[in-house]
Amino acid sequence: MTAIETAGAPVRRLTWQVATVREIIVETPRVRSLMLHVRDWQRHRPGQRVDIRLTGEDGYQAQRSYSIASPPDDELLALTVERVERGEVSPYLVDDLGTGDQFELRGPIGGHFVWSVADGGPLCLVAGGSGIVPLMAMLRHRERNANRTPAILLYSSRSLEDIIYRQELDAMAARDLGLRVVHTLTRAQPIGWTGHRGRINRALLAETCFPPAQQPRIFVCGPAALVEDAARFLVELGHDPLAVKTERFGPSGG
Amino acid sequence: MDETPISRGFRSRRQEPNPAGRVPPGQYVTTDFPVLSAGPTPQIKVADWRLSLQLGGSLIGQWSWDEFEALPQTTLKTDIHCVTKWSKLDTTWRGVTFDDLLKAAGLAAPTARYVMAHSHGGYSTNLPVADLVGGKAMIATRYDGLPILPAHGGPARLLVPHLYFWKSAKWVQRLQFMDRDQPGFWESLGYHIYGDPWKEQRYDGD
Repeated sequence: MTAIETAGAPVRRLTWQVATVREIIVETPRVRSLMLHVRDWQRHRPGQRVDIRLTGEDGYQAQRSYSIASPPDDELLALTVERVERGEVSPYLVDDLGTGDQFELRGPIGGHFVWSVADGGPLCLVAGGSGIVPLMAMLRHRERNANRTPAILLYSSRSLEDIIYRQELDAMAARDLGLRVVHTLTRAQPIGWTGHRGRINRALLAETCFPPAQQPRIFVCGPAALVEDAARFLVELGHDPLAVKTERFGPSGG
Repeated sequence: MDETPISRGFRSRRQEPNPAGRVPPGQYVTTDFPVLSAGPTPQIKVADWRLSLQLGGSLIGQWSWDEFEALPQTTLKTDIHCVTKWSKLDTTWRGVTFDDLLKAAGLAAPTARYVMAHSHGGYSTNLPVADLVGGKAMIATRYDGLPILPAHGGPARLLVPHLYFWKSAKWVQRLQFMDRDQPGFWESLGYHIYGDPWKEQRYDGD
């Protein structure tokens, strides 16, 4: 394998650490961000994730992976979690967890689906639903560094109220001419909605993403079907398959 | 390490059967078949498909789709375990075992201790030969009796079910014998060099 960079993280054992919930942010009716204090947290790269482990009173344990929403330099580590109906871990994290509660976590994990300002651009981010989370870490990192890499976010949500980080994204785009945020709403649009409707298709990608000649760095994250389609369209539009990095959130028990 | 914090009110809500002794630590059973890939799904036509066996730089075996389909076919019913925590029980695969592939290449015994599996799309993963022989691994072309879908690695993927599923490389096209173990794609990015789910070898140092 030649074209995929494998400049790896240093060998370091990933030990379980205790995370303490400092604040909970209600993002949408089904999504919350957990702002966590983790002592001696090792700096992560935007796009990486953590494993979390919950232990019940009877000793029962369950592990899941969650993307990190915060940029590397923030004091608190942010995980944004969507409640998966009939899931085991996410309903607990979204509905039951409170400020001051603790659980275990280890990471950061993943060295492929990552972007830092030093990697350059232009940057084309494509998200579906909670697939925005690792991409938000990239956008926040870009903004904290006052980085002017041209960037576009194409973000598909079910309805206006399901858009995660909507106000922050709007404010970010308003402050920064180099960033364009394009929403599409698939199930319900409010009266007077002038944005896009329906799923991300080839025409929308052609219209919003930078052309292949500009060699954009492309990150696609969301439900498996959206990622599968968007990645295929991007390749069909002429983008180098190796420039298209994907992360799929499967329906897998949450 | 601090004492393990207890999450009050957290309990098992497992919907799926979870037979004792079949689910490795830290895993949960799903009946879905989640897809995890680092990039776009390569669209590979069987007319263009080749599987190559390489020793160092030289080719020691190569099969077209029709030639591969004419090799002895084996059906394997097995559990699979993904490093992202899901396990899927009783999956049924059909294909050519690594043993039969060696036989077809005229190799009595493997000549090196490790293999790097290379895939369309740039993916690679490393495996000890000992984990491929003795009926433990195959190149699978059917899942549940049907051609493997492209998103799941079709037309052909490696199947090494006793290791975490990233070792079962999708879209495999070339198996390269190596004298020394070398990290593949995920193994270069912090994942465990071997990946035994029963020892929970997810990441470097586990």
